[in-house]
Amino acid sequence: MWICECGILQDVSLQCAKGCDVVFASCLSACRRANMAASGCRGVRSILWKYGSYGNNLFVSRSKMVPQLPLRQIYVASSLWKKNLAAAGPQKFTQEFIDKQVEEFEVGKRHLANMMGEDPETFTQEDIDRSIAYLFPSGLFEKRARPVMKHPEEIFPKQTAIQWDAEGRPFHFLFYTGKQSYYSLLHDVYEKILAIERHQDKMRNKGLFTSDTKQILLTGSRWLLKEEIEENLVENISVQDYMRLIQLMELLLSMPYCSLEEEFILKFRKQLEVQSSKYEIPALQYDPQGVAFSVADGRRKSAKASITLRDSGSGNITINGRNYLHYFPVLQNREQLMFPLLFVGMMGRFDIEGSVEGSGHSAQAGALRLAISRALLSFVSEGEVEKMRQAGLLTADPRIRERKKPGQEGARKKFTWKKR
Amino acid sequence: MHFLFNFDNTHLSTYHSEGHSGQYYTLPPTHIQKLFPYGLPPRFQLQIKTFNEGCVMVRPPALELISYLKRADYSKPPLRYVLYGDIGTGKTMSLCHALHYCYSQGWLIVHVPDAHLWVKNCKELLPSSSRPSRFDQPIQASQWLKNFKITNERFLSKLKTTQRYVWTKRESTEKGQPLGELIDQGVNRMKSSSDVVGAVLRELRLQAGGATEGEGAFKLAVAVDGVNALWGKTSLKKEDRTMPEELTLIHNLRKMMKNNWSGGAILTALSQTGSVFKPRSAYLPSELLGEEGFDNMEPFVPVSVSNYNEKEFESCYLYYLDRNWLQHPHSRSEEGKKELIFLSNKNPSILERLCAFL
Repeated sequence: MWICECGILQDVSLQCAKGCDVVFASCLSACRRANMAASGCRGVRSILWKYGSYGNNLFVSRSKMVPQLPLRQIYVASSLWKKNLAAAGPQKFTQEFIDKQVEEFEVGKRHLANMMGEDPETFTQEDIDRSIAYLFPSGLFEKRARPVMKHPEEIFPKQTAIQWDAEGRPFHFLFYTGKQSYYSLLHDVYEKILAIERHQDKMRNKGLFTSDTKQILLTGSRWLLKEEIEENLVENISVQDYMRLIQLMELLLSMPYCSLEEEFILKFRKQLEVQSSKYEIPALQYDPQGVAFSVADGRRKSAKASITLRDSGSGNITINGRNYLHYFPVLQNREQLMFPLLFVGMMGRFDIEGSVEGSGHSAQAGALRLAISRALLSFVSEGEVEKMRQAGLLTADPRIRERKKPGQEGARKKFTWKKR
Repeated sequence: MHFLFNFDNTHLSTYHSEGHSGQYYTLPPTHIQKLFPYGLPPRFQLQIKTFNEGCVMVRPPALELISYLKRADYSKPPLRYVLYGDIGTGKTMSLCHALHYCYSQGWLIVHVPDAHLWVKNCKELLPSSSRPSRFDQPIQASQWLKNFKITNERFLSKLKTTQRYVWTKRESTEKGQPLGELIDQGVNRMKSSSDVVGAVLRELRLQAGGATEGEGAFKLAVAVDGVNALWGKTSLKKEDRTMPEELTLIHNLRKMMKNNWSGGAILTALSQTGSVFKPRSAYLPSELLGEEGFDNMEPFVPVSVSNYNEKEFESCYLYYLDRNWLQHPHSRSEEGKKELIFLSNKNPSILERLCAFL
């Protein structure tokens, strides 16, 4: 025996195959259809929610008993029953789930170490990556689509735990601001500012106040970006909030005794790598005669070039056995060859012997230029390397011929558009 | 390294020697008009018009040629000199320089500025009046006769024909007529102009070294640029689109190339730029002349022409600077010069084209 939402006692048990709430829905529509004017439908739901646990047996006596209606099978669209996935937000994992994953990861790490025949105790993340790449070789171009085994901290996004206790009282005193971690951070920074001021006053009282104290080194690092701070705080902040935070940090830095909080501040700075240290300089080799030479490669748009740069030459360039004047009749290509040497200022010093294949004449010239710049790295000082990098001589041109798509003439060109 | 300007040029060519290599000398304008109506390379002609003077650099290949010409024995069959080299190195210019020397010495000049013009792009191709299987090119022939007349005015009245030539039923040239009349005949009557050319060449051959008396003695300089056209393939076609077997002009020129006469010199230069059906990388005599040409031209004295060396490049650069041809301020600095050296690889024609837009 079930009670429908209108409080009608039903003799027949209406249950859908899944045993879900369809009973109420169909009943409601039946009741609605049956007595529109009746006041019984309104407000019944709330009563039913409250007494939801009592299920079967309750009989709500009403002042006005609605006569029992004949039951009709009402069909409803299945889209009503599907859960609205977008409305639920990002998938939430419980803490136990994450802990379980961490355990499994540790166990799996030891198993992997055993499989690879290495010591489980000293098995690092790099070893894991190596082993996975070996065991599951993947030809996928997108690196993020390849199989990966990492600590669950890195895989599952950080989520906030429940921030209120059983009675509904929030743990943090700034919960009702909405962005509790952000405001607590601002609070901490201000605390530190006040602490430094107190320290300053103390020093003044003792008469030891000096302005030139140890300054924090900030070169070679940058403030964390808004996205990175959001990641750390696990909540969204606006652009104005971010700028406010940076202003506060700058204020902290401007005080004389800021070196006391150096560690705290450096948590919010990210070191920039020196870009030029990334390039591997080709080794300088020596001929039997003692002449220095270096070998380098270059590529541009499916043209491959490889050159040998010899020192104490007179500036002749041979490409594929022919003089560069014959190989590149176009002026533009010869200018491309000239540019690295001109930039470094060693025009008449080197002899270049190169071989190039593939693609067209401009691409070959570009490939040769890259190869010459790379070979020059071994003859040139550190500062010059940085200048070359900034001039764009060492960057490989990533532009490649775009793929032709089906349904179009070429990569971008479409077929003639007919209005009808 | 300064370059020298000489205002009395008439005998300067005789005094050019090794020490003058790299320096410029001016061609007198009267000479240019007479000697080179169509002989100089087109870009050089533009340069003459721009600078209002024609300055030629004295270079080793030309000096070599002139020294050979000075020392040759003219009672023997003529020596054949072939200037060869890469594209744009200055073969035509050296040829013109040597030719100017010959002119200033008072020789008779037979100058074919570009033999390739006779082998391709001819508008009219008539069957020959004298021989059935040959083909004529009236326009080219009459053009050449006009130029010949301008160059060698003073000889025309002195030389006489040795034989009677019959052109058509009504026209003929008698024996003993001055050469000028023969040439006029060819210019006026386009139909028989190619045969006239042949006749003129024959007369010159016969009379070149033969005359021992002071009046009629002259030395003959035959200069042909693009000589590899004579033995190469033609791109001309007859009306029914088949290849012609023989062309009158080419045939006569080939006869001229043989050294069965005496009292002169044959100066030739190879050329790849105008040639038909030859790859761009070919520049040696054996490649460009082909087997047949090589056999016909042998024995010859090869003279190689190459890019500028340091001194010559300096000289050219200073000349352009002096004439304010290099407008861009960067081109006047040391680095600009190094860039020019690199980009042109000291090739004369490429350097000239490069400086044209600076």
